[in-house]
Amino acid sequence: MRRAELIMALVLAVFSAYLMWKSAELPIGWIPGKGPGGGAFPFWLAAGMFGCCVWIVVRWIRRSSPVSNSTERYMKADMRRIVIVVACSLAAMIGSIHIIGVYFSVPLFLLFYMRFLGAHRWSTSLSIGLLTPVVTFFFFEIALHITLPKGYTEPLFYPLYDWFM
Amino acid sequence: METLDLLSQGFGLVLQPLNIALIIGGCALGLFIGAMPGLGSVNGVAILLPMTFLVPPAGAIIFLAAIYYGAMYGGAISSIMLGIPGASTAVATTFDGRPMALKGEADRALITAAGASFIGGTISVILFTLFAPPLAEVALAFGTAEEFALMMLAFATFVGLGGDDIPKTFFSIFIGLALSAVGLDIISGEPRLIFGDLPGFFHGINFLVLAIGIYGIGEILWTIESSGGKVTISQANITVRRIMDNLRGLASSAKAIIMGSFLGYFVGILPAAGATPGSIMAYGVAKTISKDPDSFGKGNVDGVAAPEAANNAASTGSMLPMLTLGIPGSPTTAILLGGMVIWGLEPGPMLFVDHQDFVWALIASLYVANVFALLINLLFIPGFVSVLRMPFTILAPIIFVLCVIGGYAPTQSMHDVWLMLVFGVVGYLMRKLDYPMAPAVLAIVLGPLAETSMRQSLLISDGSFMIFFSRPISGPIMLVAIALFLLPLIKRLRERGGRTT
Repeated sequence: MRRAELIMALVLAVFSAYLMWKSAELPIGWIPGKGPGGGAFPFWLAAGMFGCCVWIVVRWIRRSSPVSNSTERYMKADMRRIVIVVACSLAAMIGSIHIIGVYFSVPLFLLFYMRFLGAHRWSTSLSIGLLTPVVTFFFFEIALHITLPKGYTEPLFYPLYDWFM
Repeated sequence: METLDLLSQGFGLVLQPLNIALIIGGCALGLFIGAMPGLGSVNGVAILLPMTFLVPPAGAIIFLAAIYYGAMYGGAISSIMLGIPGASTAVATTFDGRPMALKGEADRALITAAGASFIGGTISVILFTLFAPPLAEVALAFGTAEEFALMMLAFATFVGLGGDDIPKTFFSIFIGLALSAVGLDIISGEPRLIFGDLPGFFHGINFLVLAIGIYGIGEILWTIESSGGKVTISQANITVRRIMDNLRGLASSAKAIIMGSFLGYFVGILPAAGATPGSIMAYGVAKTISKDPDSFGKGNVDGVAAPEAANNAASTGSMLPMLTLGIPGSPTTAILLGGMVIWGLEPGPMLFVDHQDFVWALIASLYVANVFALLINLLFIPGFVSVLRMPFTILAPIIFVLCVIGGYAPTQSMHDVWLMLVFGVVGYLMRKLDYPMAPAVLAIVLGPLAETSMRQSLLISDGSFMIFFSRPISGPIMLVAIALFLLPLIKRLRERGGRTT
């Protein structure tokens, strides 16, 4: 926990500094007749973020906050594995949307999650995995007229559009 | 009298078939969301907001408000039956609700919770009806300096009353405001903070991307990690006769319920406080004023009634500043406020002038939602209990899919979906280290307004910050805000002084 607290504070401090530098691309001072420049608001907020990180690190050194004093592990090994697998499978689903589209990546993700992470029966996993994209299609594409990304599978949907719209 | 006329017009709109259907659907969904451990009103509203583009704005907000309400009822179900709070707002309900269920009084606890929620909700909606129009009228005189001062007050309550780590609360506020500045500068129109020159940042960071990331993806990751253990579900026998008997028994808890309703309502108005501290405070007060404080924690029915009345009252209370001042009273209302902006309704005092029908329809819908939430709750308690048996490994992936599609729908950009994943994972890692997330969500919603009001005020005053202190309304508000910012410091100095003497 203690090490995680320091690493997080340092990473956030670097991000704050980057944000300050990025805000300074626009004027951060006073422009006569126009008020504060466009970069002023984010610049001072990022400076505030940086200040908070310094404050957190000082408290880490003095061990004066509960987290910086904790001897608990930040994450237990088995939990870390599950969280990493879940986050990676989510990223894989989002990534594959670009290629095979929502209607193929979503069922694959649901199947993987329910069958292999949840150890549910094939029948349960398959029925939910196949039903979800069908419901999604009717709700978004037909009712809301919001087209979801389909990647290379777009031509497969032309007949469906002709049929329903 | 005018209020009553407007309210009856509101009822006229709400009682249309579509809106009634939306209320019933919203209450049922809210009850379900509230009852699922790990999901509360804020998660439901954040994930489902993109789905409401199907209906007109008035219908959409009525639906979301019904979810908000239903979730307050639903939270009690898992608190009592599983001993796990269904939402943070129902934490106090477990203290006595769980012991009651273990003693075989689950039905009494559930029905008391439902009845108390109903009374708390009704009292608070009546208070809301009385307070909202005069407050909106006062707020009409507000200029940019007052707007900015009110926002400072909202953030100050997080620091002074939020109870989280102070530097981390500040960090959360700052990063939320800074993220809201991404996109085009609102005054000069120049692009700013375009990270990595990605075109996706030109349209800014939609508050929903952050809200769904944190309250959808981050929350589920959190629940996956924390729900490792097994849970036992209590049995409840509910018959019409038992319901009637238990509802009659509510009279014995009248004092606790009425106290909880008023306390919850006023705590709910404060931006950082909301329903969770409101219900915990109500529990504390109920214990203090009780004739038998020792029985609290062992299954005292007042210990269920007071927090349940308070959390419903607080959810109504938090809508008061959102509608009248444009300052949300809770994370859930912050998301509702963001939604209203998407629908082209600018919250704040002008709403009461320009969109009177909308405002009164929303208020009327709260009365109606309250009745339906009670009925659905009482009729379907056995159903909800069986739903709680649904394994999390089925619910979690479905919610992830809803998040991804919900993150895509408002802007139709995959850039936002990736950003949402990043926010969800980083938010989860930060939350594990006690960084509070609610201030960041409130800040990203209020950010554009805060920046505009500050820059315009400074332009008027030619760069002097005294404008926020010298005006008759903004001055006192700023002083209260500063006092709240300093409150943790004063507390610490006192503690230190107490130790040395």
